[in-house]
Amino acid sequence: MTAVDAPAPQGLSRLGVAVSEDPGGGTVLHPERERLPEVVEALREAGYTQCIDLCGVDYLGADDRGRLPDAVAPQRFEVAVTLISHSGRERVRLRVQVPAADPSVPTLFDTFPGTENLEREVFDMFGIRFDGHPDMTRILMPEDWEGHPLRKDYAVGVVPVRFKAAGDQR
Amino acid sequence: MSAGALRTAGRVHARSGGAVLRLSEAESLTAAPSAPERMIINMGPQHPSTHGVLRLLLELDGETVTRCKPIIGYLHTGMEKTGETLTYLQGPTNVTRMDYSSPLFCELAFSMATETLLGLELPPRATWIRMLMCELNRISSHLLFQATNGMDLGAVSMMLYGWREREEVLRLLEKITGLRMNHNYIRPGGVAADLPDGWRDDTLRLLEGVGDRLDEYDALLTGQPIWRERLQGVGVVSAAECLALGVTGPILRSTGYSWDLRRHMPYLAYDRLDFDVVCGSYGDCFDRYAIRLNEIRESIRLVRQILDQMPAGDYRVGDRKVTPPPRGRIDESMEALIHHFKIFTEGFKVPAGEVYAAVESPRGELGCYMVSDGGPKPFRMHIRAPSFVNLQALPYMLEGRMVADAVAIISSVDPIMGEVDR
Repeated sequence: MTAVDAPAPQGLSRLGVAVSEDPGGGTVLHPERERLPEVVEALREAGYTQCIDLCGVDYLGADDRGRLPDAVAPQRFEVAVTLISHSGRERVRLRVQVPAADPSVPTLFDTFPGTENLEREVFDMFGIRFDGHPDMTRILMPEDWEGHPLRKDYAVGVVPVRFKAAGDQR
Repeated sequence: MSAGALRTAGRVHARSGGAVLRLSEAESLTAAPSAPERMIINMGPQHPSTHGVLRLLLELDGETVTRCKPIIGYLHTGMEKTGETLTYLQGPTNVTRMDYSSPLFCELAFSMATETLLGLELPPRATWIRMLMCELNRISSHLLFQATNGMDLGAVSMMLYGWREREEVLRLLEKITGLRMNHNYIRPGGVAADLPDGWRDDTLRLLEGVGDRLDEYDALLTGQPIWRERLQGVGVVSAAECLALGVTGPILRSTGYSWDLRRHMPYLAYDRLDFDVVCGSYGDCFDRYAIRLNEIRESIRLVRQILDQMPAGDYRVGDRKVTPPPRGRIDESMEALIHHFKIFTEGFKVPAGEVYAAVESPRGELGCYMVSDGGPKPFRMHIRAPSFVNLQALPYMLEGRMVADAVAIISSVDPIMGEVDR
């Protein structure tokens, strides 16, 4: 199995998803969150063989949201998924809007099991749940941690530094 | 393999093969294993062979590993959060500490993402200095792998040799950047300083030394029966599994799948250099060892070509917006002093938008997802760390193997925990 054997990516317009372009000239898709697994599955069939990255963004208090197509209603959270096509030599990014009132997204674990760690990290850092994920637990922070550190309303320095040796004059 | 079969295999394998083996410390003391003769043991996080603070929960049937769950986070220091409080010029000091054995690649991905947002075009010399430094860094990183891999498998002399050669590379990096590690050398807009006098001779001397030593490693390890016995056929992973798991770098190439960003999606000026993408065929620990050894040779080839083609010119962009004025101007011009002060206190503003920039680090695809809201600091800075994703292949490699192979397999993944936990 080599990179050139896989089918080349087909036109993205067939997916019926809003498309935009990022400042680097890359393609960005904006599926509704319910449709995310279906769109990712279609993209995989179209030759996007690997899910390279999945990360969250909290847009609370952003001065400028960048370019969003008119059809897309901006929400506080966003999950950005990057897929790569080895045969087409290109990446595509999916930006999914996630409302703060119900921060959840269907998991991509069924299509790409490699999103397991990445989804757990987004859950840990942003509190966005991935429905259907086999192990939706914290991955980087301690299990009993409260709050989600990469949210914009979680300030740097709110947790006092503990010096374990203080007061212990052995 | 059809798409459906792969998906089902992924789900079934991950379900039975380790994804849900997760117990808190209290639970693991009382939990009954899935079969009476099985037991769950804890490996790490301070085992000398877990490459830092990696912890594995292993379910054993006798000496055989049936399930495995990597547990990470012990080195988590919130570097992505810190990155939101630093300006774009300060950013490389932060990301360089993620993957401490190949720091220049993190700086490169960060700088490339920033430059894409700014729409900057680099002068050729800056591009070629970046390639030179990255290939030298790849050599030192793979030498570190050779050293630790030898140590993990009991070839302790290899550890000393690998460390010795790596130190020579680091000495050259120190001469160029001022620091052995955590260089903060590649910055948005170019590099921090031009190459020092005598860099060409030093580099040539280094390449000759390391090149000869690689043949010694071959004699010491590659043909040695014990070495082969310990590595061949151990920790096998397939190309389909690697693709499904998002695994990149030497692990993906060890399965015979040729994918290297330098070749297939060239960045910097890699399309103007001649090199081979090293691939394995069995996807085992030995292939991964051999690939990294031969990638050092390819990097030496690349550095020699870079030496021949290094262009003259400026080492950073002339754009006043991102580049501080030259040191000499500060003494004679009040405006230059103010300009310098503004750039280092306020930073420069970057147009709003989001980009993803990726480079081929020694461990695989290292990407930087950067979101700007038009301010002088990244609104969100996410590093796609190859080790973090590659670690997911561990349960697949370990399943059905002996406990004694676990150390060899962890070593062959070459995880850098600073990058895994960030």
